[in-house]
Amino acid sequence: MSQRIENMTKQNVDTSTTTPQQFDSATEFKGLETRGAHAWFGTHHALADVSLRFPERTVTGLIGPSGCGKSTFIRLLNRMHEFIPSAAMAGEILLNGSDIYAPSEDPALIRLKVGMVFQKPNPFPAMTIRENVLAGIKLAHLKRDNHDDIVEQCLSRAGLWKEVKDRLGASGGSLSGGQQQRLCIARSLAVEPQVLLMDEPCSALDPGSTLRIEETIKELAEKITVVIVTHNMQQASRVSDFCAFFLTDGGPGYLVEADATRKIFTNPTDSRTADYVQGKFG
Amino acid sequence: MNSVPATDRYLGIEPLRPWAVTRSTRLKNLSRSLVFALVAFLVTITTPLAKIDGWAIAFLLINVAWVVGQSSRLGAKERRDAVLRVVFTSLAVLAFVPWMSIFLTVLLKGYRAIYPGYFFSDMRTSTPEDEFNIGGAGHAIVGSLIMVAIATVVTLPLGILSGIYLTEVRGRMTFLVRFIVQSMAGVPSVVAGLFIFTTIVQPMGKYSGMAGGLALAVLMLPTVSRTAEEVLKLVPDDLRSAGYALGARQWRTAIMVVLPTVKSGLITAGILGVARVIGETAPLLLTSLNTNGFVWNPIGGTVASLPTYIFSMFMYGTEYSTSRAWTGSLVLLVLVFGFFVLARRLGTTAAQNAKTNSRKARKLKKKS
Repeated sequence: MSQRIENMTKQNVDTSTTTPQQFDSATEFKGLETRGAHAWFGTHHALADVSLRFPERTVTGLIGPSGCGKSTFIRLLNRMHEFIPSAAMAGEILLNGSDIYAPSEDPALIRLKVGMVFQKPNPFPAMTIRENVLAGIKLAHLKRDNHDDIVEQCLSRAGLWKEVKDRLGASGGSLSGGQQQRLCIARSLAVEPQVLLMDEPCSALDPGSTLRIEETIKELAEKITVVIVTHNMQQASRVSDFCAFFLTDGGPGYLVEADATRKIFTNPTDSRTADYVQGKFG
Repeated sequence: MNSVPATDRYLGIEPLRPWAVTRSTRLKNLSRSLVFALVAFLVTITTPLAKIDGWAIAFLLINVAWVVGQSSRLGAKERRDAVLRVVFTSLAVLAFVPWMSIFLTVLLKGYRAIYPGYFFSDMRTSTPEDEFNIGGAGHAIVGSLIMVAIATVVTLPLGILSGIYLTEVRGRMTFLVRFIVQSMAGVPSVVAGLFIFTTIVQPMGKYSGMAGGLALAVLMLPTVSRTAEEVLKLVPDDLRSAGYALGARQWRTAIMVVLPTVKSGLITAGILGVARVIGETAPLLLTSLNTNGFVWNPIGGTVASLPTYIFSMFMYGTEYSTSRAWTGSLVLLVLVFGFFVLARRLGTTAAQNAKTNSRKARKLKKKS
């Protein structure tokens, strides 16, 4: 993992020269990349100038205090941001080199490639567990023949198969909170996304379920790119390869620094990062 | 795995409900209510308080008096709690009284003319003052059902679509659509009948079940679409987001995620619409009129319906015809009740069924 996350914020553009630029042109870069991303809600500038790279098959943790734009940022990455009527954005967001906000891009196809797991478990209550897993395939009109295999494989990858294999016909709403969240992860895996965005997926879960989901994330990273927002520093240090620290000074949220997780937690460039990960504020 | 089955390990431990009211208390309460009801009845026959309203008032007063006397040895908070409980329970019973009164009146006046043939025969070969074992309202029941079916087929898709437009699409016309739907709800039913009379009955040159059904549809649409909108509003945005995040387009999410989630509510919307129009008389007098025989063809001229049947029987005015009218009312009430039961039945979704089925299976397993 010699690749370093690009570091281009105004605050530490000078210090980031220590990080070698690995990629000269966008077309060579495989993965997700943002260039100077901004976000607004109406006139409220929520997020300013975030440039980050999420290389393929890595886990990136987004950390920072509440209200610093992490969730806004993550929703920019699969075009969920635009569902808020007053929302606006600026900058480029590139998936494998092509801008996902280009007029020719179909947002539904973008969201198929860049999946999302939400903070609150939201299984479809009118569907059974099995139907929930297959929901994405049906919703997006994908052609798949081996439905049984997909159900078993996705539920196993989400660490839920053993618990529910005898009651796949039960309602998705009949599971416990942690099981529901793992069902939601299984559901988003079934459409085989290239990138999976997770917005505080463990915030409502017990330690056991959290551990299982963290294991799932590590396994997922062997195949896909994972971006995870978390308020749990231990979790960030456990699961992520790279970390990005966001902050706000009352104005729009911005990126303070992004680097390999070990560096962020042991020897960060910015003193505010050090204070935050050591629990001195936030 | 434990070698001892779970059912044996906890042998002798029974599930208890320490919070539940015991059977003796319940029996005591019931017998007290019965005694009070009897006393209230005696009051109605000995004092100026009369009929069912008087009985209800007497019943309420006796209950309040009892609880005040009973709670005099309790603390202030307990007393207030006990009094309020009795007041609210009695008021609930009071609200039930008019409904019971209507239903009992219809039942008592209507049961006389009921015989099996009432549901299968028409009035072609009998007159309204014939004995009760001749003729019936089968033709009116069939006519009502046909016209309500036409109205439902027209209205349900339109109502659900407009609900989807108002809650999912939220297009530029949202305000206009909502405004029109709301003002349609205030259209007098005669006007709906007149509208269909001028647009369909006059050009076709004849009254028909189709025209009647469409007139009912005009009245049914606002009910269905407003209920559908309210129901669709209840779907949490989380579910829509989940659908979109899986790469689904908006209409796909609306149809596969949002609609199934509120299936029971949408069926209720349809049933409420049916209940709203099945008793409508005025528009049918202008569109389908009435007839004495079975008519199965919705564009084959005048059609009988239960409301117009009741209306014409009352207008006839003899003892037997009035009884027939009451019986028609009874059938209408039972029909509406049947629709509501059906709605509850259909309303449970497949997943819920699976849940109850698995619960049943578990219960069976436990028993064996």
